[in-house]
Amino acid sequence: MGRVLGLAIWIITIASVAMFVTKHWWFPESITEHGPLVDHQFTITIIVCGIAFAAAQIGLGWVVWKYRDSSAATRATYSHGNNRLEVVWTVVTAIVFISLAVMGQRVWASLHLHSAPPGSYTVEVVAQQFSWNFHYHGKDNVFGRTDPKLIDDSALNYVGLDETDPNAKDDSVVSTLVVPVNRPIELILKSKDVTHSFFVPQLRFKQDLVPGMAIPVHFTVNKTGKYELACAELCGMNHYKMKSYMLVLPENEFNELVNLSQEKFQARRDELLNKYQLPQY
Amino acid sequence: MAEAIHEVHRHPAPTGFIRKYIFSLDHKVIGIQYILLALTAVVVGLVMSVLMRMNLSWPGTNWPILGTLFPTGAPGGVMTPEFYLSLVTMHGTIMVFFVLTTAPQGGFGNYFLPIQIGADDMAFPVLNMMSFWVTFVGFLVLLLAILAEGNLTVGSWISKLGESFAAGSGTVGPIGGWTGYPPLSALGKIAGPGQGAGVNLWIISIAIFCVGSLLGALNFITTLLNMRTKGMTLMRMPLTCWAWFTTAILALLSFPVLLGGGILLLLDRIAGTSFFIPGGLYVSGSTVPLHNGGSPLLWQHLFWFFGHPEVYIAILPGMGATSHILSTFARKPIFGYRAMVFAIFAIGMLGFFVWGHHMFMSGMSPYSAIAFSILTLSIGVPSAIKTFNWLGTLWGAKIRFTTPMLFAIGFVSLFVAGGITGLVLGQTSLDFFFHDTYFVTAHFHLVMGVASIFGMFAATYFWFPKMFGRMMSESLGKFHFWITFIGVYAIFVPFHAMGMVGMPRRYAQFGEYEFLKNTHGLVLFVTVAAIITALVQIVFYFNFFWSMFKGKPAGDNPWEATTLEWNIPSPPPHDNFAGIVPEVYRGPYEFAVPGAAKDFTMQSEPEGTEIPARLGETDGNGGNGHKH
Amino acid sequence: MAATVTSTERVIDTTVGGGPRSRGGNGFPKNGGGRNGHSGDSLRFSADRYRIGVWVAIGSILMLFVALTSAYIVRSASSNDWQPIAMPKVLWLSTALILISSMTMEVSRRSLKQQRDQAYGRWLIVTVVLGLAFLATQLFAWRQLVRQGVYLASNPYNSFFYLFTAAHGLHLLGGILALAYLLLRTTRKRNTVEGELRRAGAADAATIYWHFMDGLWVGLFFLLFFWK
Repeated sequence: MGRVLGLAIWIITIASVAMFVTKHWWFPESITEHGPLVDHQFTITIIVCGIAFAAAQIGLGWVVWKYRDSSAATRATYSHGNNRLEVVWTVVTAIVFISLAVMGQRVWASLHLHSAPPGSYTVEVVAQQFSWNFHYHGKDNVFGRTDPKLIDDSALNYVGLDETDPNAKDDSVVSTLVVPVNRPIELILKSKDVTHSFFVPQLRFKQDLVPGMAIPVHFTVNKTGKYELACAELCGMNHYKMKSYMLVLPENEFNELVNLSQEKFQARRDELLNKYQLPQY
Repeated sequence: MAEAIHEVHRHPAPTGFIRKYIFSLDHKVIGIQYILLALTAVVVGLVMSVLMRMNLSWPGTNWPILGTLFPTGAPGGVMTPEFYLSLVTMHGTIMVFFVLTTAPQGGFGNYFLPIQIGADDMAFPVLNMMSFWVTFVGFLVLLLAILAEGNLTVGSWISKLGESFAAGSGTVGPIGGWTGYPPLSALGKIAGPGQGAGVNLWIISIAIFCVGSLLGALNFITTLLNMRTKGMTLMRMPLTCWAWFTTAILALLSFPVLLGGGILLLLDRIAGTSFFIPGGLYVSGSTVPLHNGGSPLLWQHLFWFFGHPEVYIAILPGMGATSHILSTFARKPIFGYRAMVFAIFAIGMLGFFVWGHHMFMSGMSPYSAIAFSILTLSIGVPSAIKTFNWLGTLWGAKIRFTTPMLFAIGFVSLFVAGGITGLVLGQTSLDFFFHDTYFVTAHFHLVMGVASIFGMFAATYFWFPKMFGRMMSESLGKFHFWITFIGVYAIFVPFHAMGMVGMPRRYAQFGEYEFLKNTHGLVLFVTVAAIITALVQIVFYFNFFWSMFKGKPAGDNPWEATTLEWNIPSPPPHDNFAGIVPEVYRGPYEFAVPGAAKDFTMQSEPEGTEIPARLGETDGNGGNGHKH
Repeated sequence: MAATVTSTERVIDTTVGGGPRSRGGNGFPKNGGGRNGHSGDSLRFSADRYRIGVWVAIGSILMLFVALTSAYIVRSASSNDWQPIAMPKVLWLSTALILISSMTMEVSRRSLKQQRDQAYGRWLIVTVVLGLAFLATQLFAWRQLVRQGVYLASNPYNSFFYLFTAAHGLHLLGGILALAYLLLRTTRKRNTVEGELRRAGAADAATIYWHFMDGLWVGLFFLLFFWK
């Protein structure tokens, strides 16, 4: 029984590690500046995890194999432990874990402890059950005033844009996120009803959209294309299909698009959604 | 030999069926009641999880039985998304509260804490009885939540209570997840189906559960501090007692916070307050005029301040049982008893300072996120100490592979597997990707849903002979172990792969997204493994109930163990020690003591003597135990 | 199942709270069980049990109020609709009543310790009356506020005011019921050592709880009306 159990534990260990090592199911490609840093930190972490996991499981498998009671007359070793060993492995573990922890704050700090750099392109995001609204400020670079009291879905005023505000004249509100490549982007994240969460796996971050808050995030994308946007916080029955797209465009295509008026913006956006393909999965 | 001390038991043995088995003051009966409650609840939770797996694997399928039972939630037998989400919610709620917070602590703890410390009962038997029945009522209210939403008739009755009690949406209870984040959980039915009266009843059920838990925690702490027998110093207590003690302290300090949060949420729902609901909301096509200024994050803080200690409440008793059982069947003292006590305490106390790691992406201060992250990875240290010590216990051992031992070894393996990914999730930069993906689901299921359950299985197989005077079948037990051990790995290791791809949690279906299309094979594989593993639990139930009546009679000490419960008859008499006050002379894990006649020396054995025939014990050759 | 009665000579320890001087913390004599060669002081019950129990209970109740207090503080900062009310003057009376009731409870407890059972019972009754009077003043304050249009949901401060006073009042009611229990069951001398220990232990525990309710009220009073 001890041998079988030891063997079973080893086989499970090998299979589990193999699942990670073969990278058969893995992150989609990274398309941001900070993405490779996240992936690198993950690689370091998963290697540490893998070593700890394998060592513990192999150790477990080994002791149950070796120390199975084989009815010889001997008894087990009478030992209450070894204090020096305790101290050593506690200290080593603490150093490894705390180091990982400190390293794991770097990308977080770069994205959250600093504001968006000057020259960022800002988009306001307003989530709702079960769709996304992206508010673009248009040529004047000033967002038109919005007021929750003005929201009227049936009149297609999803974000409560105040039409009487002159700054609102050139604003567009569409259901697709469009961003320029190689330029810092700032998103101001809001929600109309319940908590949602903005998640594009290729971006290597997510952020909740909380009603009553306006949460800024910033990032820079370095590859054009079309990417799926998913909601990552339970928001009701259609949470699973609260879907949209992020279009990353070259600078000229982007500038042309975001300076269009509302209807033309949407039409051109449709064309671009057809033009760009999703990544190969 | 010191003269035995005698005492009169506080209350005479009960007569009559009701006093003996229903409203019993006896901690042993109450312990079994908790275990039976957990055994019932886990079936409900397990069935729900299988239904979830079926929906994810074969969405849009007509399941005729569902169509009959839930015509609104599964019209034409096809599960609606809200039905799926209500399964998610109720599965989590039932498993976390009515399984993982009942059986390990209220079940085995109630039964064995008093005996292991040499007491005749808990400190407050009446409160103990109340704690079970209050918990039971909480379970009934939760079932009512299911009925209120799922059944149109019951739903229409409850809707008569008022606007905020509208019910009968056809789902299986509320759909906010077991975490119930507002505003979704606070807005009422305008937020969608499953958000009506079912949520009110869910909150009330949890509030009742809080009270029951607190009564229990009160008893555990007082009993352990006040009623240890002669010679039973704190550092001679079995590690199970340390685990139950620490768990009780965690419960004492965390459940009131959940209760407070639950009251605030209920008030937001039915009294128009705005603790968690901000102003300016526009839901389902209309503005929400009534609320203003609340903070959804406030709920998250309150909930997770409770929620994180809760997961340690779920695992610590299993750790205690594992330590105890590993030592017993390794025939060797536990490696590093003091370090184990320290680790239990460190895990418990640190557990109060890490709740923010559930909230990294919530919009809370990024500075506090950093602090929480570093503290979170620190908790890995005492957990690692325990793992090393378990391995150290097995090194140089003489292992008897009984069923409880198999599950205890399984616990170690699964705890390592689940715990290690905490190193990934606890880092803010990595949680960016993994938050709310199946990577998280993999992590907590492995530690809570599997390791913790293995701790309970180990405890059951180990203590069954003492509780019922009969042995469970070893062959059935081993069969149960092997299929379950392989099965749970087959189910939850693939969840990590799903998480790597970015698969979000709480999705009723995965077909909407291209980036998920390569996961279909994994999803099916997991479902098959889940169904097999769920079915094999029938073997356990059969073994459990059949052996109660037909199992081979067990002696007092079939496992040749050392702690006080093995000194007394199986099952124990009403006042545990037959009027004798036990006296303890040594630590709880004195196996393979050099120079001793046998390879185990009981705690009650005085210094420098042979094992006397005391207290009716059988000879120490494991007359009814099993050797492997 | 042999149950042998303990020997008749025992040390009776009726100091307030069951002093742990002659006993280990778990109720056992520290230095072995023998006196004059008998099993001696084998009485397993120690009044510490009730004291420990009430402190543990206080720990959990305190956590509830700590949670609500932190919610109060966070909520006050989370938006601009926080409007504290002017304190209803009757709440000064509430405070006075509960402070006095703590004093009378203490007098009652000490009377028991001095084995003056009648005084014990009488001062218990006074404390109960004061406790009920406290609750009456709370209800009066509520009525006053409602008549001024101050409702539970009109303002987050109001929500907390009603919630805190209700939660405290409910727990105080529990305390009053405990005192009622004492009145019904513990005012007569008992004829066993253990009975006397239980009596003293119960009275001690109830007193500790009562003082806690008093302190909690004072804390809430300051939080609601003097914290900015």
